[in-house]
Amino acid sequence: MAEKESLFSKKNIQLLKNPLNTDNPITVQVLGVCSALAVTVQLKPSIVMAISVMVVIAASNVIVSLLRNLIPNRVRIIVQLVIVAALVILVDLTLKAYSYDVSKQLSVFIGLIITNCIVMGRLEAFALANKPWASFLDGLGNGAGYGLILVVVSFFRELLGSGKLGGWEILGHKGKTIADSTGLYGFGYENNGFMLLAPMALIVVGIYIWIQRSINVKLIEN
Amino acid sequence: MDRNSNTYTFMFSSILVIVVALILAFVSQATKSKYESNIENEKMQSILATIGVAVDRDKASGLYNDYIKESLTLNADGSLNIGVNAFDINLHKELKKDANKQSFPLYIAEKDGKKYYVIPLYGAGLWDAIWGYVALESDKNTVAGAIFDHKGETPGLGAQITEKWFQEQFAGKTILTDASAGFTDNNFISVRTVKGGAKTDDAHAVDGISGSTKTADGINNMIQERLAHYLIYFQNN
Repeated sequence: MAEKESLFSKKNIQLLKNPLNTDNPITVQVLGVCSALAVTVQLKPSIVMAISVMVVIAASNVIVSLLRNLIPNRVRIIVQLVIVAALVILVDLTLKAYSYDVSKQLSVFIGLIITNCIVMGRLEAFALANKPWASFLDGLGNGAGYGLILVVVSFFRELLGSGKLGGWEILGHKGKTIADSTGLYGFGYENNGFMLLAPMALIVVGIYIWIQRSINVKLIEN
Repeated sequence: MDRNSNTYTFMFSSILVIVVALILAFVSQATKSKYESNIENEKMQSILATIGVAVDRDKASGLYNDYIKESLTLNADGSLNIGVNAFDINLHKELKKDANKQSFPLYIAEKDGKKYYVIPLYGAGLWDAIWGYVALESDKNTVAGAIFDHKGETPGLGAQITEKWFQEQFAGKTILTDASAGFTDNNFISVRTVKGGAKTDDAHAVDGISGSTKTADGINNMIQERLAHYLIYFQNN
């Protein structure tokens, strides 16, 4: 390298920013959709899932990037899997010990981070060919891009499906009858139970993609 | 060294796997006690909740001994099994055995001078395991409270068994057809959920949850199957 690149050069900032919008892993690269559908019923688990995935992608990107000149090419996928799996187990153990309720809610999905296509995708496409710092930013960026969608989707699903946000009854309390209810429920408002099912997550992601592409016309394929 | 040679590949893989295994083993050991105490506290929290003692998980172990006076392990014939600690019984494993070889845990609680019998439940929902605790009053017939939890029932449908409105319905229901006719198999009717809503005067039924018939069936079967094993003990004591 001719001259030393600054840590937050324009190129590096792009690594962090692009996955949030024009290169979003879910809405543009269409990776990691499965877990996005499954964990977004409520806001809180989505946020924890987003943070967990961010940690796992960033850390595995750095580790693979550090080892990129040592990893034998023929077994590189297996090596990546071992690294990702180990990190996921670490996240799982940490949650079980220090955030037990959340770990109960996320149960199988934490384990499924291993199979989250975003993680392997970034390792193959980026970390194997780039330096640790750039890989770290790329991992953080993609994790954040994934998390952004999770938070947006779960916001609407929890609000419309259960009338709550993060467990708080912000639309009022729903009693057995309208007379017992407060807030919006007092006027006969009902939660939309369909929002709690996975198909609605897909539809919310679809609407997000629609809006994103109407704003950013460059993303529309010919 | 040639990075594509077999020797290098083997060496690299072996070292990687050993390092990873060591790290995981270490972290697993380091967090184990914290995790296990979380599970124990949750169990205590659930047992206390059935007799109407609401408590945070962290504080459950402190209050547990104040309320739970005895933990018994019963054999299938209703006799006591002194050698087994009721709290350590894993119902998931017990249920795989023959009914007459299983151990049945029973907690006897006391609150405000009243005696309660807390029975742990375990069964199958629609997707995965469901479990819970049901507390009976001192007549061993009236339900004082019930708690249910699940591993993977559908959110918004079957998963509603964890909600208060569903669990609160069980309080006051009775498990015997005729309260004075004793704890016989014929007289035992259990408490069941009813699709479309229970009749208000039905002392053995609660409202089901629309859209989760299979989970409700699981609840019915679980309560029926588990409680039936305790009849003989209740009859004799």
